[in-house]
Amino acid sequence: MNKKVFTVLVADDDPDYLFQVAYHLRKLGYEVIPVESQGEAEQVISKIRPDIAIFDLMMESDDSGFILCYKLKRKYPDVPVILATAVAKETGITFSLNSEQERDWIRADLYLEKGIRPEQLDQEIKKLLKV
Amino acid sequence: MAQLKVLVVDDEPGIRSGVARILRNFHVTYPFMDEDYTYEVIEAATGEEGIEIVEREKPDIMLLDNKLPGIQGVEVLEYVKKKNYDIVVAMITSYASLDIAVKAHNDGATDFIPKPFTPQELKSSIEQITKQQYLKRITHKLKVEGKKVRFQFLSVLSHELKAPLNAIEGYLRMMQERQMGESVTEYESAIERSLQRIGSMRNLIMDLLDFTKVSFERQVEKTRELDLREMVSMAIVTVSPYAIHKDIQFVTNINGCGKIWADPNDFEIILNNLVSNAVKYNKSGGKVTVNVDCSEDEFTISVADTGIGMSKDESKMLFEEFSRIRNDKTRNISGSGLGLSIVKKVVELYHGVINVESVADSGTTFTVIIPMIQVQNIKAEI
Repeated sequence: MNKKVFTVLVADDDPDYLFQVAYHLRKLGYEVIPVESQGEAEQVISKIRPDIAIFDLMMESDDSGFILCYKLKRKYPDVPVILATAVAKETGITFSLNSEQERDWIRADLYLEKGIRPEQLDQEIKKLLKV
Repeated sequence: MAQLKVLVVDDEPGIRSGVARILRNFHVTYPFMDEDYTYEVIEAATGEEGIEIVEREKPDIMLLDNKLPGIQGVEVLEYVKKKNYDIVVAMITSYASLDIAVKAHNDGATDFIPKPFTPQELKSSIEQITKQQYLKRITHKLKVEGKKVRFQFLSVLSHELKAPLNAIEGYLRMMQERQMGESVTEYESAIERSLQRIGSMRNLIMDLLDFTKVSFERQVEKTRELDLREMVSMAIVTVSPYAIHKDIQFVTNINGCGKIWADPNDFEIILNNLVSNAVKYNKSGGKVTVNVDCSEDEFTISVADTGIGMSKDESKMLFEEFSRIRNDKTRNISGSGLGLSIVKKVVELYHGVINVESVADSGTTFTVIIPMIQVQNIKAEI
């Protein structure tokens, strides 16, 4: 039996970060759709159902990531979403996704600090995809 | 119109109703206040009742008799002090007792109104108290806002500095782990990108130094004679490598200006930022026009480009710190998001204004107007 190839939608306006994440994920065997903005990500969502999505929080606007989470979940409630950002530590906005209420508000399944090691990211993705 | 609550604690009904009557049509106004103040009087016959009302109504001002049937006035005062409530307390007292006055003062009573008092005495006390209360609250508000602004600034700043570090760290890890192969040529673009990110980080740090200089270190003004023509051409020379690369033409017009008297650093900041923005956000093959006009009372610098322009909404947030406009057109242009907020600060030091006019996709013009009295046009020698 062939191993299923999972499609990961990655949205990040930092071209270097996007390149690196896409590079690592491809090496780990994922199909990657990299996009540099909330607008592009919305276009992709309207056409394709990814298996999982990784969104940066701040792109065109400060809450682009939240908006994308919301829109993706509305169209594909079962697709897991990871919010990846470097914003939390500095701003002191600590949002974990532990309570039901927080999950309802943020609509992401996991929140990750940027700078996470590729192997770690791989593990987190596998957990969310339940493989 | 704002209303302050005045609580009168006195066992004499005559005093309570007197205060209510005097303050009913009284209002206080000052030129520096946003609004007039009027008063709502609440009465309490005992200290115990007074405390109950303090808890329930949270008055702004309390007029407190010391000699009360149950607990004494100073005890009510102690209670307010212990709870740290924002209430200005004035003691109404018929006894000129030094002991009580000292104790009341130590517990935070700010005023003493002798009993019996005339309506005018009461009014002038209330006027003083209102002014004091207003200033106290406004200072507190400003302090809180200042803290909030600093906090936001630092948090955005650290985010802006951390993003390039993450990118560079990522590339270095890829090299360390030989992810793209053994040969260094495989990593050329990673190295190039890292150097670019370091470059923009350096720019941010330079801007930040300008920013702190302008914001905080302004004890010594280093003014001297400046030749505007020279300053403009220096700004153009600084940006010329980039301008040549983008094939941008410059046009400069300088009318009626001799030398001015100002700090060269300030005008370097203004011109360098505006001219380099005009190149950065221009289209290839575009034009940048720098006009400097000196009249009797004003001195105007305008820098116009034929670039990507922006919408009205976008131009509104332009002068805020770290407010970079993010869209498809600006994505590949690096900037710290500090330049224009620094320019604005500098212009304001000279009591000037900066305006922007922009049409999306066709160009942007920044205009700086500074009163001539601030820079003294020294006419060129005849």
